[in-house]
Amino acid sequence: MTFEVVKPGLLTTIQDLGRPGYFHLGIPEGGAMDRAAMRIANMLVGNPEDAAGLEAVFIGPELTFNDDTLVAVCGAEMPILVDGEARDGWSSFMVKAGQTLKFGFLKTGARIYIAFAGGIDTPPALGSRATYPIGALGGFEGRALAAGDVVPVGAATSNAKERTLDKSLLAELPKPAELRVLPGLYWHRLTEASQDQFFADEWKVAPEADRMGYRFRGGNPMEFVEREQPFGAGSDPSNIVDGCYSYGSIQVPGGTEPIVLHRDAVSGGGYFTIGAIISADMDLIGQLQPNTPVRFVRVDMDKALTARQERKDRLQKIRKSLS
Amino acid sequence: MADIQSPVPGTFYHRPSPEDAAFKSAGDSVAVGDTIGLVEVMKSFIEVQAEEAGTFAGYEIENEAPVSAGDVLAKLK
Repeated sequence: MTFEVVKPGLLTTIQDLGRPGYFHLGIPEGGAMDRAAMRIANMLVGNPEDAAGLEAVFIGPELTFNDDTLVAVCGAEMPILVDGEARDGWSSFMVKAGQTLKFGFLKTGARIYIAFAGGIDTPPALGSRATYPIGALGGFEGRALAAGDVVPVGAATSNAKERTLDKSLLAELPKPAELRVLPGLYWHRLTEASQDQFFADEWKVAPEADRMGYRFRGGNPMEFVEREQPFGAGSDPSNIVDGCYSYGSIQVPGGTEPIVLHRDAVSGGGYFTIGAIISADMDLIGQLQPNTPVRFVRVDMDKALTARQERKDRLQKIRKSLS
Repeated sequence: MADIQSPVPGTFYHRPSPEDAAFKSAGDSVAVGDTIGLVEVMKSFIEVQAEEAGTFAGYEIENEAPVSAGDVLAKLK
């Protein structure tokens, strides 16, 4: 089974849940920015949740199918068209051989996830089909899809049938978006007033935000506790002696624009990190459009773990409803 | 009248660079495929191209203003 790319969109990549275990070697986990949407799209077509599908940001691709294929689209709200006829998001539907799947203008959110019954069947690299374009690793020849690419799809499971998600099972999102932060390693480098200001300010997603990092601007410049820079650190107060970065950590080069490191981030460097976005809120970041207003909300470890459990429970309910 | 819509969310630019003039001004003729502006997103500049021919009526959104996907950037008459 295959489908052909007629128009790739802006940046459409093969993604799954990523390749954990190599970050210490500088190879990011990668995988879907909105992992829940990727998982649910797979559940809707009867795939294992870690099957590979497509992630398309802002613009949907145009795909022609060479075989009858059960497909589901989750994530951002974007009109879905099969040979010009509307289909629903968060549900699975058949696309017949010769038919074309395409998309209208993005309405809300940023990224759609397209699952295909059987999953995309390109060769895995380091245990994953996720595309890491900067490292030319995984996915389709290590790159984003281009017009003319013919993408292989595996055999559907016996559980491939049309389904619709009860959307009341999805989390409701606060407006403006709230990202919960656990202050961390270098939080003490900010003055107390600056710490409070970070949470009081309204920030906006910068247009540069991508799979490596989500940049925010519009808040006040940060103020640092004075110190003599240690040997090996750069001269700017936001510099440290090189350290490890984690998925979700927030670095603030020059103390001006926070960057949340996401799926394709580098694993270390010389900027201080004030803390991390809690794991429960990382998927939401993948659905933030440029210029979206965002507030950072302080939480402690207990709240972060509770939020993680709630997210797991919600996903388990969805899994049961679609099984 | 035809609307030219933004394909992506981002920052809209009337000019190819700050030193250059706008891609189009009112009264200019527009051919299919002509670039009328740029939208910056994810460290890329995406060319916004006319999908039908006509006469440029004007920009609907200011230079360097934020836009959403589907926003009308310019009109043709």
